[in-house]
Amino acid sequence: MKNLIILFLILIVPTNALGLIEVDITRGNLNPLPIAVSPLSIDDESKKSFEKTLKKKDIGSEISKVIEKNLKTSGLFNPLDKNAFLQAPDIAHLKPRFEDWNLIKAQALITGKVKNVDDKLRVEFRLWDVLAGKEMMALAFTTVPNNWRRVGHIITDKVYERLTGEKGYFDTRIIYVAEDGPKTKRIKKLAIMDQDGANNKFLTLGNELVLTPRFNPTSQMVTYLSYFRNLPRVYLLDIETGIQEVVGDFPGMTFAPRFSPDGKKIIMSFAKDGNSDIYTMDLENRIVEKITNHPSIDTSPSYSPDGKFICFNSDRSGYQQIYVMKSDGSNVKRISFGNGLYGTPVWSPRGDLIAFTKLHKGKFYIGVMRTDGSGERLLTENFYQEAPSWSPNGRVLIFYRETKTDDKGEGFSAKLWSIDLTGYNERLVGTPTDASDPSWSSLLSN
Amino acid sequence: MNRSIIISSVSHLVLIMITAFSLPFLAKKPIDLPPIVSVELIQITDKTNIPYAPKAKKIIEKIKEKEKKLVSEQAPPKKVKKIKPDAVPLPDDKPKKVEKIKEDKQNPEKIDNEIKQVSEFEKKELFDPNNIAALIDKSKVESAETIKKNNKITQDQKKNVENAGLSLSEEDALKAQIFGCWSIPLGLPYNENLLVRIKLQLNPDGTIQESEILDHARMNKPGQGFYKVLAESALRAIKLCQPLRVPTTGYERWKELQLNFDAREMLEG
Repeated sequence: MKNLIILFLILIVPTNALGLIEVDITRGNLNPLPIAVSPLSIDDESKKSFEKTLKKKDIGSEISKVIEKNLKTSGLFNPLDKNAFLQAPDIAHLKPRFEDWNLIKAQALITGKVKNVDDKLRVEFRLWDVLAGKEMMALAFTTVPNNWRRVGHIITDKVYERLTGEKGYFDTRIIYVAEDGPKTKRIKKLAIMDQDGANNKFLTLGNELVLTPRFNPTSQMVTYLSYFRNLPRVYLLDIETGIQEVVGDFPGMTFAPRFSPDGKKIIMSFAKDGNSDIYTMDLENRIVEKITNHPSIDTSPSYSPDGKFICFNSDRSGYQQIYVMKSDGSNVKRISFGNGLYGTPVWSPRGDLIAFTKLHKGKFYIGVMRTDGSGERLLTENFYQEAPSWSPNGRVLIFYRETKTDDKGEGFSAKLWSIDLTGYNERLVGTPTDASDPSWSSLLSN
Repeated sequence: MNRSIIISSVSHLVLIMITAFSLPFLAKKPIDLPPIVSVELIQITDKTNIPYAPKAKKIIEKIKEKEKKLVSEQAPPKKVKKIKPDAVPLPDDKPKKVEKIKEDKQNPEKIDNEIKQVSEFEKKELFDPNNIAALIDKSKVESAETIKKNNKITQDQKKNVENAGLSLSEEDALKAQIFGCWSIPLGLPYNENLLVRIKLQLNPDGTIQESEILDHARMNKPGQGFYKVLAESALRAIKLCQPLRVPTTGYERWKELQLNFDAREMLEG
């Protein structure tokens, strides 16, 4: 009886009348966010003093250009044309007229102020939400004037993190192998530059062949391979001091030394007694430990960010494929099962993906897959490209691409390219010479 | 003697020169690393400050009250009793029912009255001009009845429309509009709970009177920075989209609207 009454009530009372209408929004657009980067304002006195020291007419405007370029290359932002700005930079920094910025369809606004304080550069910036009409972030930096580009990168990192929810990758450097000369007689030097291609420097003279430089994830230290009297040597180079040391001479074919996530070990592969396996070397006591023990060729090891797993490539199945194992070498599992050959696996700093190079039907692909091998996505295809390296936030990959030589053996070039995980934002990274084997540093300002 | 001194000093000089020129790395400058950048935090201006704690408290209390109310108003989903096995026709009953249906369908008398096939001659015989007026009258009555019926239906529909949510096309129009305005922050971790619920009070023209994030407390929780980023992007989308494409009628039913922004599908790719 009671149940019947309740049933009757349910039937009579219109349930919808009580409920709030809900609409599920499960899709959005991936268009770059329109952002206005106002030139940073500067007083006349500071302007003159910085013009003398930095040979830049308006350092405020120069810093804003660095920020703008960074945001544009990320592919996630669309910096608006400065000619459309209605408000003067100094007034906008105090209190923006949001209607004016709204008019040019800006959703976010960056304003700032530069000042000379005791011969130091003081940069103040604010990030505004134009639609909400409120300030989202405010920070100030003080540094030596020569550091002005880095200030631009740090500001971009802060803005990027505030608006996208993940850390930026702009205050970083890229180490790579600079190449020069004909293909048959290449001179290879170690070189370093900011992620945007500025401040390029050569670290070696080119007398010895250098290969596969890799950054330490925790500090500004690099490990690389160099041939001395035709024997491979693994070096450590401290970027801060410029001091380099030999980690060890290794036999036969030695490949791709890479740091462990804590920076205490180096992992690499080398051939011993005709068999290529993976080894680690403790940098404190220089003890070498064998990780894999298989008659096949195991190369290109890379640690997961927590240091618990290692991915590598091996031809133990008959073809070169990607495998994952525990860091002690146990529990080896094959994760790549697609057509073609897979190589140079690199674990993302986020830990969720593994980037790789794939060779299929004569074409090279850079792709990513989940750590269990599922969700393979090929991001870019070309005649020859390889050696992907992750940005510290795990969103962008840098790699190198070679062009075909013509019938006369000319036209060869090797350049650095970057691509983000969407696969749409592919860009050439400018270098003064040909370049290969790039490696991305961690954030300098961490 | 002098000769050997000269030879010795010349060869020493040569050696020094060779060393100086062949070891250029000695001249290599150490890599100059840019000095450290010090960072200081600036106070955010009072005018543009993030909602104060008391305000946030009020909002949280409001939400809690509402949740309580919801709990009391909305009875837990009723367990509908399964239809008793008695309802399943027993083997004995089945044939009876079948028989009944047979009776209904194959009633020869009825079929004769309703669809009786007739020849052309018979049709002529059946036609009675005197009945035309009656037929016209009948059609009038029928049409009146149908109008009445239609009126009844529209009134019922109106009631339903007032009580029901948005129709599919109305919902689609609104969704399509917001899809275009919502720039999803791509850096969000897709394995987290990425649902932002925003309650809107709307004006009849679709502009926003008030917007409220239902899980506001989560915005300032440590480790939930991504939620704040997502919520802000959703609010931007709403503001960018206004006036919202709401139906032209039935303001009462959509003056309060809840939008659930869920980025998981997009971020998982």
